[in-house]
Amino acid sequence: MRILNASGCLDALTAPDVARSLDAFVTKTVTPLPREGNLPVRIAETGAGMLNSIGLANSGRDRFLSEALPQLRELDVPLWVSVGGFDAGEYAETCAALDDVTIELNLSCPNVEEAADSAAAIVAACREATELPLYAKLSPANWDISEVARAVEAAGADGLSLVNTIRGLTLDERSLRPVLGPKVGGYSGPALKPIALAALFACYAAVDIPIIGMGGIESGRDALEFVAAGATDVALGTVLFSDPEAPVRIRDELGAELSALGLGSPNEARGRAHEALEPFSHTHRT
Amino acid sequence: MSRRERLRVVGADPVGPYTLIRIERGGLDPGIPGQFFMLEAPGRPLPRPMSLCAAPAGELSFLIDPIGPGTRALCALSPGEEIGVFGPLGNGYRLDVERPLLVGGGIGVAPFPYLSEQMGAPPALLGFRSEWHAEAASLVPNAEVVLEPTYVTERIPVGRHDVLACGPEPMLHAVRELEPDAQLAWEAPMACGYGACYGCAVEIDGELRRLCVEGPVLNGRVLEGAAA
Repeated sequence: MRILNASGCLDALTAPDVARSLDAFVTKTVTPLPREGNLPVRIAETGAGMLNSIGLANSGRDRFLSEALPQLRELDVPLWVSVGGFDAGEYAETCAALDDVTIELNLSCPNVEEAADSAAAIVAACREATELPLYAKLSPANWDISEVARAVEAAGADGLSLVNTIRGLTLDERSLRPVLGPKVGGYSGPALKPIALAALFACYAAVDIPIIGMGGIESGRDALEFVAAGATDVALGTVLFSDPEAPVRIRDELGAELSALGLGSPNEARGRAHEALEPFSHTHRT
Repeated sequence: MSRRERLRVVGADPVGPYTLIRIERGGLDPGIPGQFFMLEAPGRPLPRPMSLCAAPAGELSFLIDPIGPGTRALCALSPGEEIGVFGPLGNGYRLDVERPLLVGGGIGVAPFPYLSEQMGAPPALLGFRSEWHAEAASLVPNAEVVLEPTYVTERIPVGRHDVLACGPEPMLHAVRELEPDAQLAWEAPMACGYGACYGCAVEIDGELRRLCVEGPVLNGRVLEGAAA
């Protein structure tokens, strides 16, 4: 089981030590053109998590390829590039320009307009454009996420990333106006965990491709639950903000959790949530 | 070099409406005045960025205004409790100036006790909204205090000092109008403090950039838009 960061939750070039503590580093989403991102205020804490409305701020594909990517390769950590766009062609163009990385398709940023094409159409276009491993990052806002999961698997995705943030709103204590500049943002942190687990649980039963589980993981116990629900690997997001040493801590805690349950490795726990409990003897009333 | 450690609170003393939280220093470097630390706010999902107020032997202290759930949780800390402390972070003040004048407003006085100590007690001009708030001026030597409705900007002898300022945004903008080369300590909501979250973006040199990495102390000439 690998531990990655969730896209947009770490800058490996300003915090290389944190990036090196991961099994792979996932970049912030790269779009074809530079994006300034949304105007402040961009983040707000809530009782059980946080909202962000960064708005895919990034320097664009050309500068990413010429400036950031060569520096990221020097870190000697396996790289995942998060790819975004506004139609299937934009995603595919970026995929075609990449090599020697894993690609995560950001199909679900809650802070920008939805792409015009369906998740499956985008995956199909990217599959045509590259032979690199393609992971599809899905939104937990889909009522039937397993249907989307099956569609992107059929379109050629090699794996799923579950889940992105879900849209939320928070109001200022005194003014009762939205705290965030763009009003709504993506909700992450501990509150997202049961929502992510439900999405993971549904998709694990629906597809045969590996799944990266993420959404509110803060401890080894949380990571274990994602594995039990079906995750092959896990990613850390909001917890990295409060604890840059979380990758090391969570790996240690996971080892202790597995030992306490008499399990030798995460593989032995994978999918456990889908197994029936051992039958026990019933006393039938007659 | 920044580090994260769990450290014990050794004191929480009221200073007017504010609270001076004193924490054992552990292996942390106090850094340069104007740099900040991320303090774990008990019961809250995110830590809070706080500039260092003072660095007495073996301690780090932070002056905190209880204005929201995180700062209220910090002010409610008791001696003996432990919190995560991460820092020092960001860029502090340049201390190699010839005619320093510290200009502060309200809780913006927070980094000045350490700054004053490191600069040999230069003159300070501090504005507060009431006598009660102005009790914090006792932490800064050689300070002249003004109370609302008088503003510090009415008392700056323009062009005669190298101004190092910290305070509310309107004050910083007004100081910059008078003293374009002033060193200004800004603030913005931050989730991480180390460049990961992109939450603290402000317009610097015409581009939205991360205050935690580029600042929080910036020369008056580089900041175009309003800080968040």
